[in-house]
Amino acid sequence: MNLLWLILTPLIGGVLAGFTGRRNTALPRWLSLACLAIDLGLVLVLWVTHDSTTVAANGTWLAQMDWPWIPQLGIRLHLGLDGLSLLLILLTLGLGVVSVIASWSEITERVGFFHFNLMLTLTGVIGVFLALDLFLFFFFWELMLVPMYFLIAVWGHERRIYAAIKFFLFTQGSGLLMFAAIVALALINYRQTGTLTFDYFALAQAQLGPTTQMWLMLGFFIAFAVKLPVVPFHTWLADAHTEAPTAGSVILAGLLLKTGAYGLLRFAVPLFPAASATFAPVAMTLGVIGILYGAMLAFAQDDMKRLVAYTSISHLGFVLLGIYAGNTLALQGAVVQMLAHGLSTGALFILVGALQERLHTRDMRQLGGLWSSAPRIGAIGLFFAIASLGLPGLGNFVGEFLVLLGTYRVASGFAIAGTLGLVVSTVYALSFVQRVFHGEQQTSKTVVDFSWRHMLVMATMIIALVWLGCYPQPAFDTASSALANLQRVASERLSRPGEP
Amino acid sequence: MSGTDLTAILPFIVLGGTAIIVILAIAFCRNHRLTALLSLLGLVLCLIAIWPASDMAPRHVTPLFVIDRYALFYMGLIFAASIAVLLLSYGYLAARREQPEEFYLLVLVATLGAAALVASDHFASFFLGLETLSISLLGLIAYPRDHEKPLEASVKYLILAGISSAFLLFGMALIYARLGTLEFARIATLLTVNDAQPNLYWLTGLALIFTGVGFKLSVVPFHMWAPDVYEGAPAPVAAFVAVVSKGAMFALLLRYFVTANADGFGPVPMMIETVAIASILVGNLLALLQDNIKRILAYSSIAHLGYLLVAFLAGGALQIEAITYYLVAYAVMTVGAFGIITVLSAGAAAEIEDLDAYRGLIWQRPWLGGAFAAMLLSLAGIPLTMGFIGKFYAIAAGVNSAMWPAVIALIVGSVIGLFYYLRIIVAICATNPDDATAYIGAIPKTGGATLAVLTLMLIGLGVYPTPLIHLIQVTAAQIAAK
Repeated sequence: MNLLWLILTPLIGGVLAGFTGRRNTALPRWLSLACLAIDLGLVLVLWVTHDSTTVAANGTWLAQMDWPWIPQLGIRLHLGLDGLSLLLILLTLGLGVVSVIASWSEITERVGFFHFNLMLTLTGVIGVFLALDLFLFFFFWELMLVPMYFLIAVWGHERRIYAAIKFFLFTQGSGLLMFAAIVALALINYRQTGTLTFDYFALAQAQLGPTTQMWLMLGFFIAFAVKLPVVPFHTWLADAHTEAPTAGSVILAGLLLKTGAYGLLRFAVPLFPAASATFAPVAMTLGVIGILYGAMLAFAQDDMKRLVAYTSISHLGFVLLGIYAGNTLALQGAVVQMLAHGLSTGALFILVGALQERLHTRDMRQLGGLWSSAPRIGAIGLFFAIASLGLPGLGNFVGEFLVLLGTYRVASGFAIAGTLGLVVSTVYALSFVQRVFHGEQQTSKTVVDFSWRHMLVMATMIIALVWLGCYPQPAFDTASSALANLQRVASERLSRPGEP
Repeated sequence: MSGTDLTAILPFIVLGGTAIIVILAIAFCRNHRLTALLSLLGLVLCLIAIWPASDMAPRHVTPLFVIDRYALFYMGLIFAASIAVLLLSYGYLAARREQPEEFYLLVLVATLGAAALVASDHFASFFLGLETLSISLLGLIAYPRDHEKPLEASVKYLILAGISSAFLLFGMALIYARLGTLEFARIATLLTVNDAQPNLYWLTGLALIFTGVGFKLSVVPFHMWAPDVYEGAPAPVAAFVAVVSKGAMFALLLRYFVTANADGFGPVPMMIETVAIASILVGNLLALLQDNIKRILAYSSIAHLGYLLVAFLAGGALQIEAITYYLVAYAVMTVGAFGIITVLSAGAAAEIEDLDAYRGLIWQRPWLGGAFAAMLLSLAGIPLTMGFIGKFYAIAAGVNSAMWPAVIALIVGSVIGLFYYLRIIVAICATNPDDATAYIGAIPKTGGATLAVLTLMLIGLGVYPTPLIHLIQVTAAQIAAK
């Protein structure tokens, strides 16, 4: 089957939704759902039917396609699906469905254009997870920004324009640095081999001096660090997540942040292994700072959405730590952490969004005691809050524990400091539950509890999180060959003569 | 002059003939539609005439002109841009009370001047082409002669064009004094034979010529006129100035620097690099302060010329390809952006150029607003548009020559640029109900169709640029071989 369909299906859905939206508000939602379901079906079929022994020349790939696109510049439409991409695409489509359902009652104006942007963002994200040509990768990387910008700027909350522009400038600016690094890498390879190409495998063969390698690696790292986000580059995140509509927040936290982690895993580390190894202590320090600082900031917030946004910084700190610890345990942990964070944070954003829709405030000082009037929301909120603090048996615990375990073998100091993050996360998660659901009820409004539609979504996410927490083996199996691939690309590069 | 020569300059002959026919037609029968149709037909015939001419290429016709594929490609670009401007102007002029017929005549003559520029291989034809272009532009800028702003803009343009011509002439004189020739190709050979060391006359002459050209390109520090002229001129004329005049000038500059040997330039490249960086930063920063869309586009054009200069300086295999692609992209998106202003202003008493007037446009006129957003995103260099591939070329050319300060300026400039393009997009997507853009009248059909074609090109060639790149490689790259 052609991998292009994985990208085209949501695109077609988005365009159809955009055209039908002017006359009918229900049709765009159903069309989007249908296309996402079809895409999900395609991925599942690929996952189930693939022959796990297929080993292409460049490692284990479930599927690949390689078409010319701009032959004069050596740019190809090269897509590849391995276990890592597959898991992340499953997450993308799952959260895509969730966001469409979550915006069912929230978005009532310009429904067609909303779904057009939503589906286009998903198209870009899926493209990022599939691209094996660096130019193509950057193409998708930028492609997801514009519709995301519109999602925030048109359907967002009070300070949406400020947040949207800040988001766009941060990501675009850092993206251009990466683009310069990509072009430089391709041109260096061109001088050495005489063929201009942006192909991932070809560029992994380029000979680079230590200084060049470090500069190029930094170009990539900054782009991914802004997206992840790593602490000095994180300021866009709280604003964007807070001001975005619920679906936008879910996609930002659940998916766009993952593209940063994916970029580090797929490109920054394997393409520049020596520079990454030199840089690892710095990156791991930034990761630990992110874990602790993000958690502390989260605790200090009065705005529910801001709180959830800052927890993302903390959780993604674990991912950064795991990626630069570099051993299989830590990498597996990072992958599971990405999936679990997507689910738990996505669910929390939906919950907070639902509360805002009902009460028209996100300020926790004006909330409290909601459990009695909305027990379903309360119970589900408690569940995802403790998932977020890393309770054993849920996905986040597996991820964080494996990352810490793997890091301990490499650099025990970072692991010990990172563990403190688990303590702080308990504080913010429990205080969130306390301030919103317990205590005196501040508002006289009666809160309508979750509808069956929301319950269905939440139940699915709870099941997925419990599954990931109790039986993460399928995820490990799927990711393991991909991670081995990445480590192989890096080690081949390190063992080549002439490498620093 | 043989038959072959005549075939080679067929586009000039057709264009000149069209201008004469249009004059006569206006003299005998003043009819807007007829004049527009004749001009349009002439320009289309010019485009067609490029095919027989290309069979003769490369060919020197008199010492003044060289008809090679490079020249023909740029002529094609100029003719196509003029056609787009004419189509956009038709509805705009029809809604106004001024006598519209001479407008077409001036556009034809200006196009002739621009076409002469891209084919010139000699300082004399360079100057002739430039003056033909500039003098017609004066008339075009001041065309709505009952209004104050166009007249002011026209006088400003007149004075600056005069000054820049003076610089150019002085530079040419100095080079002639040194080398005794006005032919580009001869300059190159004389330089390599006579002296390896760049000489003061030659360098001063070169710097003066670049100053004169810099005025026309409106690069910093010669940019002061651009915002005022863009603001004062009718929107389609502003598009013509931004695309045809600047594009032809840039093509000539590129030919001159490629033909004349690059080793003898001494400190001139450094000067150009400074100008490029200054244009990028100043253009983008000043655009942040504007509330008038035409002024924003003027400053953005200054910045885009800076990006082009980065590719220009980079040299190497990518140079011509990068610049040519960028210029085509720049032409499409600039004509498109000004085209939107033109069609929106068609039914209005004054031009609609205030940022606030565009609030909520995309909800009132989804197609028009969407096209405008696409043009702006392309100017910002976002994927799916031609601007993205153009920016890729500019960065690639800069990185290829390791011009790091310029590349960093390009990146910083792009980020600043994004901010003001987003400001316009924020305005056209504004959701407050009281922002309704209720004044918009009917959209002229020709203008709407032109915009549709431009938007399709913008996205089509942005997603799949292969055909255009192929065309550029087999045509425009021809001057490198000389």
